[in-house]
Amino acid sequence: MMKAEYNFIANIIEKNSTVLDVGCDDGTLMEFLKKNKNVNIRGIEISKEKVQICIAKGLTVIEGNAEFDLKQFPKNSFDYVVLGQTLQAFINPEIVIKELLRVGKKAIVTIPNFGNWKVRLDLLFKGTMPITSSLPHEWYNTPNIHMCTIKDFVKFSDTMNFKIVKSLALINKNISNISKSNIFLKNLFGELGIFLIENK
Amino acid sequence: MNIRENIKTLIIEKPLKLDCGRTISKFPLAYETYGKLNENKDNAILVFHALTGDQFVTGTNPITKKDGWWSYAVGPKKSIDTDKYFVICANVIGGCMGSFGPSHENPETKKIYGTDFPVITINDMVNAQVNLLDFFNIKKLFSVVGGSMGGMQVLQFVSNFPDKAKTAVPIACTSSHSAQNIAFNELGRQAITADHNWMDGKYNSKSTLPDKGLAVARMAAHITYLSKKGLQEKFGRNLQERDDLKFGFDADFQIESYLRYQGSVFVDRFDANSYLYITRAMDYFDLVKQFDGNLSNAFKKTKTKFFIMSFTSDWLYPTQENKDIVIALNAIGANVGFVEIDSDKGHDSFLLEVPDFLNALKNFLDKSYIESNDES
Repeated sequence: MMKAEYNFIANIIEKNSTVLDVGCDDGTLMEFLKKNKNVNIRGIEISKEKVQICIAKGLTVIEGNAEFDLKQFPKNSFDYVVLGQTLQAFINPEIVIKELLRVGKKAIVTIPNFGNWKVRLDLLFKGTMPITSSLPHEWYNTPNIHMCTIKDFVKFSDTMNFKIVKSLALINKNISNISKSNIFLKNLFGELGIFLIENK
Repeated sequence: MNIRENIKTLIIEKPLKLDCGRTISKFPLAYETYGKLNENKDNAILVFHALTGDQFVTGTNPITKKDGWWSYAVGPKKSIDTDKYFVICANVIGGCMGSFGPSHENPETKKIYGTDFPVITINDMVNAQVNLLDFFNIKKLFSVVGGSMGGMQVLQFVSNFPDKAKTAVPIACTSSHSAQNIAFNELGRQAITADHNWMDGKYNSKSTLPDKGLAVARMAAHITYLSKKGLQEKFGRNLQERDDLKFGFDADFQIESYLRYQGSVFVDRFDANSYLYITRAMDYFDLVKQFDGNLSNAFKKTKTKFFIMSFTSDWLYPTQENKDIVIALNAIGANVGFVEIDSDKGHDSFLLEVPDFLNALKNFLDKSYIESNDES
């Protein structure tokens, strides 16, 4: 499955760089980046089945968990570390962000935006935990235990003391910059936030 | 036993200085090959066998008349596809399938070497086998592959010869033999040396072989190759050809009968002294210590692409020990993939029909082969 944000992630990444895809799933993004950006890319994935799929595609992937297994990589091992839509699923997102920025010179983090109007309306009118196309789970079986909004993530950068180099919102397959002046609207309409971050 | 005619043997003229300090030369190295070496000589895979394996990887073993030990994985269209690759496997030195070992005659005494044979190491084994590359005129192997002790040889090979293999697949192994592994090997050795037929390793005729000790060693080791769950599912408390317990020490249970059978067939094909020597080589294996406590340094000079696999139910070479190798490689930015395969067949999983394992091995090799051809 080719996710809408892959193109935008590819645009951010410079050619011939080294990349680690954390939670690389079935390797679609890895293949895409390899082909289009000629990157030297590695993956880390928690599911054995997905690792098998990656191996069948000829990708270099290790089975592992970002919360525990990133520590084996020395500082600045990669030009970019990518974390696609999984930050909210970790028990400890603070540790994961710190690890991403230690292992990578830069990190690209995408988050499903819990501030999206559909989500807000769902909770407001139904009074039940929101279920949308990008957040299809019930509260009791969702892997997303730490949902956040685009605004939350920006605030998070202050608390965690990292720098947001670039921030983009995905709305209806279109991408736009997030700025201080438009963050209210982007946080309301954005389905996904894409952030290029680095240490301050 | 006239087995020589079925065994291809290379006489290594070049002296080999062993870790124990002794030097051997003009020694035999028995090997077998499968598939064809291509014109570019870039499709060769050196397979390393485990403790009780030999050079007869697949097809019918001409000596034992049984299937080769890796028949599931090696052959036409299999994981290691002999239609594509040229597979070489040598009997390790210290072994008993034609390579220089303790059952060979000492020219000075005209008796078998027995325990006068030098203690060999995993390092010695791969240093002997690298001569096969010269023999076949191969500059660089496409891959080195092996499970268990074979995996240890893979690690040692890449460490010793960092530019002689494009890819490396160590399976269900370790970079440093654990206390538990040494303990089990010692149990086996004690069983052999406690057999009075062993006679300090100087047994010589068919009638006085230390078969009982060797069989017990094999039985004990065999348990470590399986998992509790696997044993329980296969045997449970099933009785062996009887309706009730016999209140004696016959093999009442199927598992007892199975182990006795495993022990009895093993002694027909394996030499007791070789068992002592090879288990010793495994115990001495400590690649971490060879590199002063930093395993990463063992691979600093190599660009070899690694793929490491372990098995969930393997408690002899558990996942963590395999992961330690992955960690050491990642610490130096080496190219390494890793997956733990779900299997309840224990350490033996790598020898058995475990589709996830066999598929992963095939996919890694075939994709890497295409990739390496694209690059060159």
